[in-house]
Amino acid sequence: MSEKPVRIPYYPGCTLKTKALGFERSAMDCAEVIGFEMDELKDWNCCGASYPLTKDNLMGLTAPTNILVEAEKRCQKEEVDPNLITLCTFCYNTLKRTEYAFQQDESKLETINAFLDRKYDGSIRVVHYLEYLRDVIGFDNVAKMVKTDLSKYRVAPYYGCLLLKPKKEIGLDDPEDPVILHDFLDALGCKVVDFPGQVDCCGSYLVMREPEKVSQLSYDILAEAAEYGAQALVTACPLCQSNLDKSQSDETRFSGLDGVPVLYFTQLLAIAFGLDTENHQLEDHFIDPRPVFAAAGADGESD
Amino acid sequence: MAKIGVFVCQCGNNIARTVDTAAVAKDASEQNGVVHVEDYKFMCSAPGQEMFKKAIKEKGLDACIVAACSPKMHEATFRKAAEAAGLNPFKVEIANIREQCSWVHDDKEIGTAKSKDLTHMMIERIKFNRPLERYVMPLTKRTLILGGGIAGIQAALDLANAGIEVHIVEREPSLGGNMARLSETFPTLDCSQCIMTPKMVEVLDHPLITVHAYAELQKLEGFIGNFRATILQKAKFVIDDLCTGCGECWEKCPFSVESEFEMGLVKRPIIYIPFPQAVPTVPVIDKTECPKILKDKCGLCAQVCGPDCIDFTQQDEIKEIEFGAVIVATGFQLMPNVYREYGGWRPPHMTPKKLTKKERAALPRSGAGRLVDVINGLEFERLASASGPTGGQIRRPSDGKIPETVVFIACVGSRDCNKGVEYCSKICCMYTAKHTMLYQHSVHHGKAYVFYMDIRAGGKGYEEFINRAQNEGAQYIRGRVSRLSKKGDKILVKGADTLTGQAVDVEADMVVLATAMVPQGDAEETAQILGIGYDKHGFYSEQHPKLMPVDSSTGGIFLAGTCQGVKDIPETVAQASAAASKVLALFSKEELQRDPEVAIVDQEKCMNCWDCVTVCPYLAIDRVELKDRNGNFRKWAAQVNPGLCQGCGLCNTACRSKSIELQGYTNEQVYAQITAFGGEFV
Repeated sequence: MSEKPVRIPYYPGCTLKTKALGFERSAMDCAEVIGFEMDELKDWNCCGASYPLTKDNLMGLTAPTNILVEAEKRCQKEEVDPNLITLCTFCYNTLKRTEYAFQQDESKLETINAFLDRKYDGSIRVVHYLEYLRDVIGFDNVAKMVKTDLSKYRVAPYYGCLLLKPKKEIGLDDPEDPVILHDFLDALGCKVVDFPGQVDCCGSYLVMREPEKVSQLSYDILAEAAEYGAQALVTACPLCQSNLDKSQSDETRFSGLDGVPVLYFTQLLAIAFGLDTENHQLEDHFIDPRPVFAAAGADGESD
Repeated sequence: MAKIGVFVCQCGNNIARTVDTAAVAKDASEQNGVVHVEDYKFMCSAPGQEMFKKAIKEKGLDACIVAACSPKMHEATFRKAAEAAGLNPFKVEIANIREQCSWVHDDKEIGTAKSKDLTHMMIERIKFNRPLERYVMPLTKRTLILGGGIAGIQAALDLANAGIEVHIVEREPSLGGNMARLSETFPTLDCSQCIMTPKMVEVLDHPLITVHAYAELQKLEGFIGNFRATILQKAKFVIDDLCTGCGECWEKCPFSVESEFEMGLVKRPIIYIPFPQAVPTVPVIDKTECPKILKDKCGLCAQVCGPDCIDFTQQDEIKEIEFGAVIVATGFQLMPNVYREYGGWRPPHMTPKKLTKKERAALPRSGAGRLVDVINGLEFERLASASGPTGGQIRRPSDGKIPETVVFIACVGSRDCNKGVEYCSKICCMYTAKHTMLYQHSVHHGKAYVFYMDIRAGGKGYEEFINRAQNEGAQYIRGRVSRLSKKGDKILVKGADTLTGQAVDVEADMVVLATAMVPQGDAEETAQILGIGYDKHGFYSEQHPKLMPVDSSTGGIFLAGTCQGVKDIPETVAQASAAASKVLALFSKEELQRDPEVAIVDQEKCMNCWDCVTVCPYLAIDRVELKDRNGNFRKWAAQVNPGLCQGCGLCNTACRSKSIELQGYTNEQVYAQITAFGGEFV
């Protein structure tokens, strides 16, 4: 990699600073190894995740636009490529769809600019960490940096919805038949478990109102993954991670499944790079992945 | 001075209710040039027409206006009557005071005023009508039929039995099309091949029918009555006249590839007939696979052939034949690539092959893509067919096991605006019901489930057939399937029962998809060769959806069967016979008369921009060289072929130098009509 690490503006979002702290930390550590720096925006606000971007409602675009303005200012000041990297799929989804909305209809951008009394030129390209690895770094190059032999682990990719859908706006991969996490795991040297439930719904926000339903959906996904031989699942979405993981803590409802740990893809990447994972909060998962990956050197504070 | 007659029709009460026809007649009689008026209850009736003819003869009229219904209704009637009375038919015009006036207005005052205006306009217009003469064209009484499926076969037999010479061009080595693949047919469950093959033999033996099997249409030139077709006869490497169809060659051929006819469920030799009942029973050599042709190795078929009819030096051959009419019967295919959406994958053959890593990588990865036992309707037909790869015993492709539970999914790709086609494929409800019966007749303890959206069984005996399927034990579940996935050696079908509002999981041994019927993959190219219209899906467009369902947009080219839209067998056969009768009507005269209401070019004014050539949808305009009296090139000009021109007027509007006119609709006529408009703009 180059001498001076590339600095890319980075938008974390709320979850990455609270529940999914391990996601952010592991991503940052891995970025250092790969050779880029995630440069957190200074003045960032909520991405608006829980407000759906309905067809004609421009209000939904205001929060993401504020973020994009910050990123644009940063890029112009530091004279770097106008990219904004994200980790959380909710943030990625709202930001990417805002980018798409402006690309399709510039009048929306004008309206929002007038409303916010700010000046956004529409230059920022939103990229997901995975997308950056695939398109800029290249999974082949990632594979070269892998230090730990993961070849005996059977890991299943779990995509969920927000990383891929809607296809037209996100365009990261085929929403029904995605391969990006497969290829990522392939690069890490794991045995990729290709199971049909990889794009099924985890229940998402229904967890607030009908947690039993979410437990059921999550259990179905996990049970299927286990049936296909998965020892662990990786995902890019904090809500999927939370739902899938938490459903396994519910001892009363679904037994008969030996816990399947659900990791963020960067947590596994850190293990593959042989990094010190002490800070990566592996222990915060309901199903602790450390016993599974102990031989690969996964460590951290024990409970 | 013109001598114009005006005939106002009351149309019973249809016109008279909102138009004071007497006032219209009186008003017309005061117009310049009008010498005779009539106001009558039914102008189109026999006494009405007599009155019309009598007036022309007695008053010596040189032009007539009939103020009545739409010209679409009775223009032809009155023009014919005028011709009988000795008046040029193109000197008769209709003022439409019914559809465009009395039917759309309630107020009699307004209706009467508008009728007067409409009649005035026609009176002024007709003063510029020229007496036109119909074009007379020669007629070649020979028909080209494209496609040798049931539609082509039916049309060919109907025509040949009426004494018309027919040529069938079929691109496969045998006649039969998709119908030959079917096992049994709804709603009577009679065997498809049993009703099909005798017709195929009859076609081959008919003295007036020539079958060009393994051939394709390359080019079609000319126009109605005078087409010239260029047919590519692909090399069979077998001499037709010598071959006895003994079968020595295809039995001995040591190589094999996927059989197209069997939907890839089994293999076929490289020298092959598609199926045992093939007609003609002359094999062809697949030159893309044959090692003798590719590398000059083998040649076993030539050694075993008794009559010595294998000729490896044979070349593709071009035939040029003249025709008077064309019937397009190119059929359909099942929507390709739906497997991907449903996680299924087409097996290379019955025994599952161990896939290489590269092959696996090429497959869709989601969930499955390896579900060999997800098949489509035509594949199921082959499995159920007595002449199919399993001898009619229904066995699943992966391991040959007899399936205990089969799930049938209807509307796969049909009625699906997102991933498929919007239209209903119409036959799937029926054939799915048939499949459940065929399956349960073959596997008595088997369980058949059908996931459906609606049951559409409009047809004679169709609803009864669905009831029968349900009574025989098929379990109908109203709802869609969200996912198919592998579970052990079974397929887990996750769906919804929207009548009870519950999720339904079925573990099936085999899944049959009722995939949408779509046009052939090259339907658009074929349409361009023929110069006919097609819709956004690739189905060929009929001239009028109700009244001209078998005429294509081009004169002399007719449509039959599923190339025009989704159809079942009875409808296809009916349309094929209709197309044949259209050809017979066309061929009933010794020569062809063409309407003179076509475009003509003032070639001196033409400035060669060729916009007319670009816009003409019928390829009716040619670029010609004009020469002087010494035969030297003088200038280029456009020329309209009156045999092809349909009088649509597009060239007329596109022409920048105003050198094209549509006869019968000249600028003078139309300007006169507009100028005469005496009403007020509101």
